[in-house]
Amino acid sequence: MCWWSQKNSRNGKERSLMAELSYREALNRAMAEELARDPDVFLMGEEVGLYQGAYKVSKGLLEKFGEGRIIDTPITEAGFVGVGIGAAMCGLRPIIELMTWNFSFVAFDQIVNNAAKLRYMSGGKLKIPIVFRGPQGAAHQLAAQHSQTVDALYSHFPGLVVVAPATPRDAYGLLKSAIRDDNPVIFLESEVLYNAKGPVEDNEFLLPIGKGEIKREGTDVTVVAWNKMLYVALTAAERLSQQGISAEVIDPRTLRPLDDELIFNSVRKTNHCVIVEESWPQNSAGAEISDRVHRQCFDYLDAPVARVNSQDVPMPYAKYLEHAVMPEVSQVIDAVKLVLYIED
Amino acid sequence: MKMLYEKMLLCRRFEEKAAVAYGTGKIGGFCHLYIGQEAVAAGALCMLRKTDYAIAAYREHAHAILKGIDPKYVMAELYGKVTGSSRGKGGSMHIFDMDCRFLGGHGIVGGQIPIAAGAGFSIKYRKTDDVVVCFFGEGAIHQGVFHESMNLAALWHLPVIFICENNRYGMGTSLERASSIYDLSKKALAYEMERGVVDGMDAVNVWERVSEAVDYARHTKKPTLLEARTYRFRGHSMSDPATYRTKDELNEMKSRDPISLQKELLVAQKLVDEAWFEEVDKKVKAEMEVVMRFAEESPDPDLAELHDHVLVEPEEQSQREGAKSDG
Ligand SMILES: Cc1ncc(C[n+]2csc(CCOP(=O)(O)OP(=O)(O)O)c2C)c(N)n1
Repeated sequence: MCWWSQKNSRNGKERSLMAELSYREALNRAMAEELARDPDVFLMGEEVGLYQGAYKVSKGLLEKFGEGRIIDTPITEAGFVGVGIGAAMCGLRPIIELMTWNFSFVAFDQIVNNAAKLRYMSGGKLKIPIVFRGPQGAAHQLAAQHSQTVDALYSHFPGLVVVAPATPRDAYGLLKSAIRDDNPVIFLESEVLYNAKGPVEDNEFLLPIGKGEIKREGTDVTVVAWNKMLYVALTAAERLSQQGISAEVIDPRTLRPLDDELIFNSVRKTNHCVIVEESWPQNSAGAEISDRVHRQCFDYLDAPVARVNSQDVPMPYAKYLEHAVMPEVSQVIDAVKLVLYIED
Repeated sequence: MKMLYEKMLLCRRFEEKAAVAYGTGKIGGFCHLYIGQEAVAAGALCMLRKTDYAIAAYREHAHAILKGIDPKYVMAELYGKVTGSSRGKGGSMHIFDMDCRFLGGHGIVGGQIPIAAGAGFSIKYRKTDDVVVCFFGEGAIHQGVFHESMNLAALWHLPVIFICENNRYGMGTSLERASSIYDLSKKALAYEMERGVVDGMDAVNVWERVSEAVDYARHTKKPTLLEARTYRFRGHSMSDPATYRTKDELNEMKSRDPISLQKELLVAQKLVDEAWFEEVDKKVKAEMEVVMRFAEESPDPDLAELHDHVLVEPEEQSQREGAKSDG
């Protein structure tokens, strides 16, 4: 029996088919299974081995798979990201951990000019089956250089796939798919989600990249949110339900390619749309979704799409200011009421 | 020499207070303590002029204080108060002060190294004889920007003293596991740059060797790479239990605590008596009381400041002679 299902079997009952896993454990399980399944898969990054991961996502993997496959690097992002791309070009399937996505900027050229372009530039001769993964976004008072979301940034580039799961189940199923995908996948986690718990089936499964999920059904308004913001949206939906407003919460889960139809179908049903995201408002993934909804669902919309974002400033350190920057449940509620023309 | 002891003690007490305040949640985010490495900052900064520049990474409380920022403004920054050196916007990792010519406070490993070369460039451009002292860890030496900056500084003769604070670990990764060579100052050879190795636990040794490099930079504009072999007594940051190194190793290094070494030296050379140490202790304690009170009692930043300082406001734009825009 697997260690992650112990909790359910402890009281002697029939073993459940679901276990509560943390987001961190779900990622760990996905990597462990894929490493076991395919000898070409390896994990490389800063502190992934001996230290068990800066956020302990790779805990136990060194022991299980050895130094040849769980590889600690010096602090040299451009170097090991490029090494990963070269190895992928030659047929290996690297998982490259960025300690946080803030540090990916040091390797930006490798990701954007190499990983994203090689297949196209080679007229389809090359495949770059690589996953770049790590946490993005604000945690707690980490200030401007350590609190950035990159989902808008990387989903700008054709040639990259961008996945941003919110739940342990999605993290597990999507990371497995990302590792098996033949494309470069940007896999966005969140430091504050690592401890979030949720059910994950015991049996192995994959989730399709490019498919979103309705996380809560509703009829009055469509709220689109992903990664950390899904929880803000769900909390808002719960509170709105107490006020008789039925919000449908959609998690696209993948930002490129985007599951347009799931969002459009929901908006065509609810006639209202609010987008919640952690990133800054300008040129964001939410701006793109908003544009698509306006174009494709124009006749169905009863109000312009409303958006909730972080404040348009670099992240300040002071706790009080940091709170003021992050999107809040109350802002989502206000945005929903705005599109529904409800005055308090 | 007496001054070196006093300065190191102040930094040590400052950070001990910071650690306690972190424990009670008054300081948040990442907080990297410099405890154990004080001899490097003290030895390297004490001979500088006010107009010389210094720059460091995120473990920079001591560098900031020793470049002249009043510790109370540094502590207030750690507390996220509006009286902090960055008005609460930067925190522990991002201390800046242009009056003291302290250029930060940088969170991206290696990110400050080309900035130091840029400061050196500005000195050369303006034809003054100031210098730049740039601190970074041995972990940063593997970043591309380190090598790019070395080449530019050597190529263009920029007056920068690059000080690699080799505390043996970059987070949990030892030097041996990260570097193909042990003697890091050899990196200078590739750029035909002056180099040296100093005992980073011995403030006097640091001071002597950095003084030479500073004089050399003032007179020739040429850079030097110095490796200071030191050790951090605490974890990488407040959340790191530092299980990747042995107790024995830690104890061995603690037996060369830079502050105790300096004390022994002062005693051996009969420069001071026991009463002097007590006096310094008292003085530092009194100063820390002022510092802590200031940080505790200062107000939080006003919410209205949130959107300030993103860009320069029109009324704050520099008025450049002769440069007018239309309309
Ligand atoms: C580009 C980048 N990669 C990774 C990190 C995470 N990180 C912060 S400090 C650190 C270790 C740096 O070690 P070193 O340069 O030796 O300095 P020390 O912490 O020992 O003072 C790492 C990996 C970062 N801040 N920036």
